[in-house]
Amino acid sequence: MFSSSMIMAILPELLLLTLGLLVLIFDIIWKKKESGRNLGWLTAGGLLLILVVSAFLAKPAESALVFGGMLRYDMMGYVFKMLFIFGAMLTTLFMMDSEKLGNRGESYILLLVATIGMNLMASAADLIMLYLAIETTSIPMYILAGFLRDDKKSTEAGLKYLLFGAMASTVMLYGFSLIFGFTGTTALVAITGFSVPLALGVIVLIMVGIAFKISLAPFHFWAPDVYEGAPTPITGFLSTASKAAGFAVLMRLFIGLFPATGEFADDWTMIMAVLATVTMTVGNVVALSQTNIKRMLAYSSIAHAGYALVGVVSVAKLDAGELGVGSVTFYLIAYVMTNLAAFGIIAAFSKIAGSDEISAYAGMSRRNSGLALAMLVAFLSLTGMPPFGGFVAKVFVFAAAVKAGMIWLALVGILNSIVGVYYYLTVLKVVYLHRMEGENEEAHPIPLTRPYAIALTVLSFAILLIGVIFGPWFDIASSAAQGLF
Amino acid sequence: MIPISWYLILAAALFSIGLFGVLARKNAVAILLGVELMLNAVNINLVTFWRYNAPETVTGQVFAIIVFAVAAAEVAVGLALIISIYRNRNTIVADDLDMMKW
Repeated sequence: MFSSSMIMAILPELLLLTLGLLVLIFDIIWKKKESGRNLGWLTAGGLLLILVVSAFLAKPAESALVFGGMLRYDMMGYVFKMLFIFGAMLTTLFMMDSEKLGNRGESYILLLVATIGMNLMASAADLIMLYLAIETTSIPMYILAGFLRDDKKSTEAGLKYLLFGAMASTVMLYGFSLIFGFTGTTALVAITGFSVPLALGVIVLIMVGIAFKISLAPFHFWAPDVYEGAPTPITGFLSTASKAAGFAVLMRLFIGLFPATGEFADDWTMIMAVLATVTMTVGNVVALSQTNIKRMLAYSSIAHAGYALVGVVSVAKLDAGELGVGSVTFYLIAYVMTNLAAFGIIAAFSKIAGSDEISAYAGMSRRNSGLALAMLVAFLSLTGMPPFGGFVAKVFVFAAAVKAGMIWLALVGILNSIVGVYYYLTVLKVVYLHRMEGENEEAHPIPLTRPYAIALTVLSFAILLIGVIFGPWFDIASSAAQGLF
Repeated sequence: MIPISWYLILAAALFSIGLFGVLARKNAVAILLGVELMLNAVNINLVTFWRYNAPETVTGQVFAIIVFAVAAAEVAVGLALIISIYRNRNTIVADDLDMMKW
């Protein structure tokens, strides 16, 4: 019954679970004041170890269904799992020095459980497993968003996230139950290309759930509030890994349900193209008027979901599908690095400055030039400037859209990127050109603690590396498309 | 045997009532109750489809059991968050939770 490939298929999850148990045990043993930081180092180190071990051992040789068809052991799952574990590792580093978050063992365990859920989301091959994985991700994230119990904004963010999330996932679940009813099975392989008169209705129900997870335009209302209220490191994780997991589900589910040869391929392409246009435009236009940097980045992350969706549009086209999946995966890799860095910088800054308003960033380049440089890298990458990862990622998704024959969509994307330049550069202008009140920046330095310094250095180099030497990264991303079709 | 459509109509009605509750009620607890109704509608759907379409497998039953296990976890977290909001603000009316807008 059990084969070694079954163990390898869930090796990252098993290791994450073990690490979670270790954190629980050491949380009891280390009763000292410093235990929070120790737990943070334990979690981050453990995640690094898991990343290295599973990168070598858990790489699938060929696609296979394991655990009675519940999980699919393939390259796509592998690539996304590595991304989630990497994201969780850097989030841990950002959490460590965050007051009331980093010195509590529970926060690390919840983060690890959410990571397990995301890993399962990326490899689920059955509706039951998919639902369970989505909830395993969401429930810990609800708690983490509302983790600061005495903070009015944080609890409000947690409750809003929970109410919206529970509703969206239930609507999606209703769609799942209808698929089960029409086809008599829950295995994604068995329901490939299902077509009944109500199929479009079912698409809409399921899209509600997934659109919520990746914050697409009509279902994005929760995102700014939750991003603003949640503790900043958690916001970073929510806007990157959680969103990437949603995209993994979107691609896997809909390639299975509505293949390029199926009768709904064109409807599906059109729905996605319209959603992408609306999402990009809403995100960018509303971001223009924001004064709080976390809210601005929330709208920017909505816009980025739109760009990634441009790549998803092409997956239902016969000859563009593989480029589509590859480009979306590449986009998500670049986006995870960039946005984690952006939120990490905000966490580090607001810890000292105590404010998330953009105006508070005046003179930051004189208060800590290294932090300002990291911000320059992250924001230029978000803008899509050439030497950084964000540029190459945008090129690939727009190329996929052109290959799928959606040239107008690529144009909309490019126009939107131009709108984006304005608000990203405005922040950089405040950071570099404005002065603090009293012009005595030297008196208000922003010291970086070691976890922030390590994480931001790693991320800045990663963003640069993805942008300059993008060949190997794109090979990794396009290998995710192998065996998917 | 009762026709399958009766059960499906019941489930659809329950789902709609739940969705209306979620969208129209102001009280956070009532919103959670609406979500519960929607989940129960899903369960009726699942068990009906299992009984009428695929009684030889256990898929539908397993799905339903997992759904209500998850629902219980979700409500536990939801009530905990509502309590922490109540301690901070002395209100659980969703309209009053408006510290963050636009």
